[in-house]
Parts: sequence; C-alpha cells; structure tokens
Amino acid sequence: MNMIEVTINNKKISVPEGITILDAAKSAGIEIPTLCYHTDQSVKANCRVCIVEVEGMKTLPSACSTAVRNGMAIHTNSAKVLEARRVIIEMILANHDADCLKCHRNLSCELQNIANQAGVRTNRFENVLEFKEIDDSSPSIVRNPNKCIKCGRCVEMCREVQGINIIEKIGRSSELEIIPAFGRYLSDVACVSCGQCSTVCPVAAIYEKEDIDKVWDAINDPGKHVIVQTAPAVRVSIGEEFGMEPGSIVTGKLVAALRRLGFDRVFDTNFTADLTIIEEGNELLHRLKTGGVLPMLTSCSPGWINFIEQYYPELLPHVSTCKSPQQMFGALAKSYYAEKTGIPVKDIFVVSIMPCTAKKYEAKRPEMRVDGIHPDVDVVLTTRELGRILKQAGIDFNILEEEKYDDPFGITTGAAVIFGASGGVMEAALRTVYEIVTGKTLDKLDFHNVRGMGGIKEAEVDLGGTKVKVAVAHSLLNARKILELIKSGKCEYTFIEVMCCPGGCIGGGGQPYHTTNELRRKRIEAIYEADRHIPIRKSHENPAVQALYDEYLEKPLGEKSHHLLHTYYTDKKKKDCS
Amino acid sequence: MKKYNLDLITRNCGKIDPYSIDSYIEIGGYDTVRNIFAQDCENIINEIKKSELRGRGGAGFPTGNKIEYVYKANITPKFLVCNADEGEPGNFKDRFLLENDPHQLIEGMIIASHAAGINKGYIYIRGEYNKAIGILEIAIEQARRKGFLGKNICGSGFDFDIEIYSGAGAYVCGEEFALIESIEGKAGRPRNKPPYPVSAGIFNKPTLINNVETLSTIPYIIREGAEKYTSVGTASSKGTRLVSLSGNVNRRGVFEVPFGISVREIIFNLGKGIPHGRRIKMVQLGGASGPCIPPEMIDIRLDYEEFAKNGLSMGAGAVIVIDDRHDILDILRNILVFFKHESCGKCTPCREGNRHILNILDKFITRTATEKDLSTLESILNVMTDTSFCGLGQAAPTAILTALKYFRHQFLLGIYKEFEIRNAV
Amino acid sequence: MLLETINKESRKSENILNALLEYQKSKDTNHISEEELAQLAEELGITESRAYSIITFYSLFSTRPRGKYIIQVCNDVPCYVNGSTNILEELEDYLEIRVGGTTHDGVFSLERTSCLGCCNMSPAIRIGEKVYGSLTKDDIPRIISEYRRKYHEEI
Repeated sequence: MNMIEVTINNKKISVPEGITILDAAKSAGIEIPTLCYHTDQSVKANCRVCIVEVEGMKTLPSACSTAVRNGMAIHTNSAKVLEARRVIIEMILANHDADCLKCHRNLSCELQNIANQAGVRTNRFENVLEFKEIDDSSPSIVRNPNKCIKCGRCVEMCREVQGINIIEKIGRSSELEIIPAFGRYLSDVACVSCGQCSTVCPVAAIYEKEDIDKVWDAINDPGKHVIVQTAPAVRVSIGEEFGMEPGSIVTGKLVAALRRLGFDRVFDTNFTADLTIIEEGNELLHRLKTGGVLPMLTSCSPGWINFIEQYYPELLPHVSTCKSPQQMFGALAKSYYAEKTGIPVKDIFVVSIMPCTAKKYEAKRPEMRVDGIHPDVDVVLTTRELGRILKQAGIDFNILEEEKYDDPFGITTGAAVIFGASGGVMEAALRTVYEIVTGKTLDKLDFHNVRGMGGIKEAEVDLGGTKVKVAVAHSLLNARKILELIKSGKCEYTFIEVMCCPGGCIGGGGQPYHTTNELRRKRIEAIYEADRHIPIRKSHENPAVQALYDEYLEKPLGEKSHHLLHTYYTDKKKKDCS
Repeated sequence: MKKYNLDLITRNCGKIDPYSIDSYIEIGGYDTVRNIFAQDCENIINEIKKSELRGRGGAGFPTGNKIEYVYKANITPKFLVCNADEGEPGNFKDRFLLENDPHQLIEGMIIASHAAGINKGYIYIRGEYNKAIGILEIAIEQARRKGFLGKNICGSGFDFDIEIYSGAGAYVCGEEFALIESIEGKAGRPRNKPPYPVSAGIFNKPTLINNVETLSTIPYIIREGAEKYTSVGTASSKGTRLVSLSGNVNRRGVFEVPFGISVREIIFNLGKGIPHGRRIKMVQLGGASGPCIPPEMIDIRLDYEEFAKNGLSMGAGAVIVIDDRHDILDILRNILVFFKHESCGKCTPCREGNRHILNILDKFITRTATEKDLSTLESILNVMTDTSFCGLGQAAPTAILTALKYFRHQFLLGIYKEFEIRNAV
Repeated sequence: MLLETINKESRKSENILNALLEYQKSKDTNHISEEELAQLAEELGITESRAYSIITFYSLFSTRPRGKYIIQVCNDVPCYVNGSTNILEELEDYLEIRVGGTTHDGVFSLERTSCLGCCNMSPAIRIGEKVYGSLTKDDIPRIISEYRRKYHEEI
C-alpha cells in the first residue's frame, strides 16, 4: 500500500494512495458531512453535501467519490464550501416536508443532523414541495414521498441486495420520485415487507408502520392479559437504542424493561424456536424417510416466505410447513396457555418484539388464527419501536437490574438464541437432527461453516454414515440463486436455511438505525457469545419443551402439532414479477 | 481574399449521393481504410495526435490521447461509440454530416477502431433524427456488402461492425456516461468519473466515445496528413470546425470554418447579417449551455486560448444570433425551461436549482424581484456551476451568468425598487 | 408475445430502449399501457420498475394514450426567436386543443419538444418522423389536411 501526502485544511497528513477524500479527512479527525453516502453501498455522490474545495480544481468535487492524489490540497470548510453546502441543504429542505417535531425520525434523522451541523438558520428558497399521498397500504412499511431526498439508498438495497427492485427512480428533473412502477401502492406490488429499505433511508421517507399505540391501549386495558415474546436478535440489539455498544447482550435488562412497561407476562420466543427445531427436524427426517420433497427449505423468515409465495410459488412444496417461532408462540398462547391459565382467548393479547418488519405482515395472515377468529399474534413491535416505547415510558434502560423470563415459556437453549444469525437455524437443527438420527451425543456443537456474512454457505454433515449436504443463504438475492439452482435440477443440498435479511435476523428491517455490515458482524458475534453461556445448547434438551410435548402436544408432527404449529402457503404471484 | 468557408471535411456534402456507397467510393472513399492496415496502430494514433484534433462535441478533449488510452487498455472487449445525440440547442452540424456524408463517418469509425483495437462500434443517435437514422442504416448495410464492415475487413483480419442505437428524447444522454447507461438499457443518468469511459465504459469495458464531427475528421487527417490539417487554424487551435449558425440571421446553416475566424465574420460574411435591418442584441455561443455575449464582443475569434482568456467556452460550435426585438430575460427564461426539462434529476443542485432559477427569473421578468432575489439567484448559479454532478448542471447557469456580467442592467430593471424609482422620475 | 409485433431487427440485439420505442411506434395511440409494459418487461427480461423507469425518463415515451400523429413544436431559442410561439398558437387554434392535448378524433397530439436540431429551418415542427421547417402560420392548415387525408386513407 503506497502512502502519499495530502494537505487537509492546511495540515499535512500521510494516507494510503487511492482512498477517498472522505476517508482521508476522517483519518485526520475531520468528519465531512454526508447524506446519500452509505458505507455498505456504492458511492452515489448525488446529494452533493460532501463537496470540498481542492486547490487547482475548478469545481467542488464530492469527497465520497474523489480519490486523493499525492500533493492534493483540500479545504473542507472554506467560505466557498460552507456557502455551497448551505445552499444545497436549503434546496433539499425547500422540497421537503420539514415537520420535524411530529416526524418519525425526529432526533434520528440524517438530514436534521447535517442541517444542524451546517448551521442552517433560514431558507432563502421558497418551499416548492408538491404534497403527495402517503402510502400506508402495507401492514409493515410506510412510504412518505414528501420526505424523500432522492438519495436512492432504498433503490440500491431493494435491487442489488434483495434483488427485487420494487421501487425505482422514476421520471426526470424535479419530477423525479422514488416509487413502485406506475406509482402503485406497496400492497399492490410484489414487496416482501422485509423493510431493508427502511434501514437505509436517511430520513422518514420509508419507515416501519408504527404499532406502539396499540400496545399502550392493550396494556392500559384492564380486561386484557397482555403477554410479550422477544425474538433472539432483540437481546443483542436493543442496547444500541440506549447508547450501548453494538453487540451488548442485554437479555436481563430487556425482560426487566418489558415488565416495567406493564406486560402481564414476559416470555421468550426462543422457547418456540426450540419447538420449531423439534418439529422441523422431525419433518426433515420424515421427508428423508418417505421420499418427501427435497431439498427442504426453512420457513421462519416471513420476508423470505413472502418472496417465495410471490416469485417462485411453484417451489412452495419445498418449504417446511412449520410456522415461525413467533407464530408457534402465538398459537400456543391462544390454545395451550389459555387452557392452562383459564383466561379466555379473547382476553389474551400477544405482543411480539421482533427485529423484523415482515413479522407485522405475518401476524396478520388470515391462516394464523388457531381458533379461526382471533389472530395468534396481535401486535408486532420492531426493535426500533421497542426503543421508542421504552423512551415514551421514561424507562432508563441502562440502570435496570436483570430479571428472568416467566414460566412456562421462559426456559430456552443456546440453539434457540442462534436463530438470530444467518446459519443459526441450520446449526440448531443439525445439533438435534444429528442426535436423533445417530443416537449419539454431539461433542462439537459449533458448525462454523454455516456462520458469518458469506452469501451462501455450505456444509456437509455425517449423519451416522449418510453424508448430507446443507446450505445457508441470506438476503433475497442469494435466496433467488438457491431457488434457481433447485429449478435447474442441479441442487445437491438436502436442507437449506434461508433468511431474507443480510446477516439474518440481526440485520432485520426493524433493527436499530445505521445498521451496517460492521454492526451486523458485532451482533452476530454477540449471538454466538450468548449461545456459549447458556447451559443447555440443544433444542431437544429443553425440559420445558419436553414437558409441553408430554403434557399437551403428545408428539412431534402429531395431530395437535399439525393443527397448532404447522401452516400452509399460497401462490401469490402477481403478473408483474420478474 | 480571405476564405471563410473551407471544405476539408464537408467537401462531399451536397456533391455526392448519401444513399450511394458507390458515389463515395468514386471520389476515393474507403481508400484510406484499405491503406490503414499496412500501418502500425501507433503511427495512426500519432498522426491524429499531431493534428491536435480536439473533441468537437463540446468538451474539446485531445482526440489522439483519448484513442491512445483505449489502445493501451488491457481489458477486452473494447467499444467505440459515435455520439450522434446532438441535442445542444442551436447545433445541427452533426445532422448535416450524417445526412450528407454518412460513409465519411463510417470510415472514420473504422480507422479509429483499428487504431484502438476495437471490434464493436455503436452510433448513438438521437431518436428525432429519423432521416439520418435511415441514411445510416442503408450506408452501414452497403459498407457491409462491400466488405468494409464485418469480419476480415479488406482481407486484413480485422473485424469491426457498427450497430445503431437510437435515443428516446433526453438531452442528457449526450453526456458520455448518461449515453452509456442508455446503451445499457437504463435511464440515462451519468456515473461517477473517474473511472472515465476509456477505462470503464459500456458494461465497464474500455470505451472510446467521440462526436460525429470528430470521427468524420479522421479520414482527412490520415489521408492528407496531420501537417496539412494543421496548416489551417491558429497557434493553439488547429484545423477547421463546423459552425451551426442560426437565429436572426439571413443565411442560417452549417459552415466549415478555420479556427481564428471571428464571430463577426461568421455572422456577417457567412451569415449575411441580420434581416430587416435589425441589430444584434445578444449572441449565444456553443449552444444553450454556452455564454451570451453582447454585440461589442463579436470580434472574438474562434480560438480555444482566446475564449479561455475571456472566460468563455466554444462548446459544440453553435452561433445563435438574437436581434433587438427580443427581451434578454425572456430568452434566458427559454433557456432555463430547456434545462429544467432536460435535467436527469440525479443531483440536488441541478434537480432543485433549475426550478428555483426559473421562479426567481420570473420575478425579474414581472419586475417584482428584490435585491435578495438577485443574491439568491447568484448563489444558485454559482453552486450549480461548482457542485453539479455532471456537465449539464455545471453548464446550465452559463447563459445567465454571462448575461449577469454583460447585461446586468436588464436584471436590475427587474428589481421592484429600481423600477419604482425609474418610473417616478 | 408483444415483441413479435415489432420488426425482427429490433428484437435481435439487447437494445431495450429500441424495442420499447418500436413497440410504441407500432400503436396508433403512441403509448405503452400498464398491462403492455408488464408484458414487455417480462419478454425483455427486466423488472417492471426498470421498464417504467425507462419510459418515464425519455421524452419520446408516453404512458397515456396519444394521437396517431404526434406534433412536436420546437421551442428552443433558435426557433423561438424565429416565431415558434406563433406556430404553436396557430396549431392550438386550428386543432382546437391546448399543448399536451389530443384531438377528439385521436388523430393529433400537440407537444412541445426540445431542440430538434433543425435550427437552420426554424421555426420547425416534427410530425411523426418528419420535420417541417421554415414555417409560417399559413403552412399549418395545409400540413394538417395532408395528415388528416393520410389518416383516413389508412383506416
């Protein structure tokens, strides 16, 4: 790596050749403000906020897209730069619905940050915004075109990472907007509700549908018995909403916080994650034994299910019929739990805290009502919403003392917690399937091959003589590759885990803002760290799960399991899917 | 007798049948192609460098150097694009060449491609040039049949063929990366530079992009030699260029002029002056993205250095004459409406700036502007020039910026206070 | 297969823009509807969003039905200073529509266009694929009648 010398704001520094002015300045302790820039995405350089002055250049180049050269003299705060930056920000604001006080992104908005940093006190431009309808047709995602700054981060995420391209830059000049084809509602196009777009939007142009008030209403309704379940990924992420280091494991505080909010019972989705492994492991073995449809595909990621229903419905027979842990929990809550406690189903209100926006869609699926009337899961709050409701309640998360989950859904395993990371479901399943098939104890519980951020990961497992190939895919671009492989007839895998979001659930659409690949890695590390500290690490060794089968379900894939814990899928292909 | 109108590259226009390759061959056409395969690619490139030929689309980049970049690139395949998207208002010289001498362009493309090691060429031509598209389609097919395009051209072992891609109504696609995006089947929005097309163009492969006139000049240079080409012109600007003369002038048309000719000579000697005894109010040079000069400045000569010294650009070579019937602010408004319509929308300053300029300009036109409006206007213009992502946004303010310099009183008249005072007197 | 309605040459290469343009040209309404675009996108192997982004970016496309003959009036400076506004007004009066509109009989649509590159014949208009230049108001009725005649001959 060649080192060269550049001067930034009259200070000489030594930097690697070829890095951008933005990175060079950062290394010298200067944060050049950016807006459309995102570390995980291609350099767009369209907002023009990060422009700097370079001696000898006529124009003001953007720092994010310009490489340094030996001897370059850069000024990040010259009068020309400061004025230009203000004009640009004012222009953006002149085409923006700046109702910050009521805005979803108040205090977490990147436009607010740079306007504040640039010292914008007035706007020399008249507001030219033409109000357009807010699209809240989807149960998961809301689009507000009046806030869009046209950075295109959402388009890149949807098109390049998820491979779907639901939204695009449409039109030209000041008519440019980022919308689905023909300006359709999100519910009318093949959006999968993954919410990845909302994780990269710098403002409130795309965000998760907020269901906080429904939770308050339930908690404050004396007639309702409100219970909450928490996804594996939440316990390594919610701390970020309160300034903790990414990857802080805060399970105990999470439980305490939920109790302070007023939930009647605090349960763990990890319990039903263990249950999922039992059911799904047995389903896999059943298919292997009886020549069922293989490869089998996991089914706990609702964004992924939405994807296959809308884009590859012909391959639905491959998908496991197991519900997701969230939905298994809801089903049990409105049957087993209701019976056990004697509380009428209509009075039980189930809230789930999920890293996921597609879970909101999943909870509303008409087939997810075990009594045919009441939804098994009433409301889904994303991790971001949990952060918000806790702040609304004035709860100081940092000083909470650790508490434990309630019984009967409080005992869980390491196999359950790793569901939060891509490869986790596969690893959990292998830990159980191996022991069921071989009858032997698995010594090495860590299947490193299926962990990490690699797009498609493979492993080969020796199940007592039979070698079984498995694969793990995350992000829908990779999911599509797997499905095309299956269609081509060349697929050698027996069992495939698919997660809709990059990195798995810890990278979900509802996770704390400014999720980057680096943050995903930290959360993944925490997930496996949590796994190592939990005494029971295999799902089938969970005594509470065993008790549930003894007491109620009888056996895996039995009649009760079939009715409560399994589901079916629907061909939802719209004509416009490519 | 001073010669204003030359015919180095327009000698065939109007004299041969553009629909007949035979009429082109009869006057020696394609002889140069036959001869180039005996030469080193480096020789050909050096000859073009010696000619000091610069891009005639407006950017004026040295053509020989550009071809050399692509020649040296190690990645394949490589592509050649003839930029025939002539959308700059006031320019029609490329259409003139395409409709009258298509084979000269094809010949130029073959020579440049051979020199750079390119086997596939595109002519990206604006969708509105239907007549030219038709002529080119026929010419290309004729060239194929005669063995000048396709495999093993003239038995040399060199393969090269041309495909016509038509635009669909977007001025911005004249910008090289917007053009490439368009060829790749997307909306024509420019990409970050660097890397430049010569390193990573169409599908990220080395791509040579040249204007119609530039490519059409190459056969002359290779046939007659760089020395002959440089015997015309000035010290800093060699050879000839095509000027599109239009507006309020008696004789509108395309003229091949030597560098060094003055704007006055173009308007009065070639254009035969202003009709109906009117006077020049303003001349716009280059196109809608070019500077507006007052009549006092029309002795400026077409010369890169002289233009640069005066803070002006020649652009694609148009000369648009506006007579004294017209109102300057009205003309500027017309120009800004063009840019607002054609902005691709990608970057903040251009997407938002053009409409704010129009809003403010309207205030000046209706004489309801304030001094603050004037300073806001100047802010937008400077910021657009300094920070826009591509040449469109960077050049859109040029007309108004130069008008503010040379016709400032027109703006001052639009300020309400000023108008009030003047009326009261 | 909608693409089969356009000529083979246009379909051969990967020229997506051209395929869409040719398809639009083949229709009397000079537009591409939602259903057609969805179908074309599938045949061309691109997403519908991308197809929509293309036809909303380039001026020659329309997503709304237009007339059989699109009259484009150049309004940029060289034509403007030679009376293009008069020609536009004359067309509006004669056709009894405003710019952007289509005649009741579906024969003509009237649009403004950016410079046609015919400044030597300003003021110029483009109808379909032909350019008419050096126009005066008196030329309009004659040109319009020609097209009306052509329209009736073709149906």
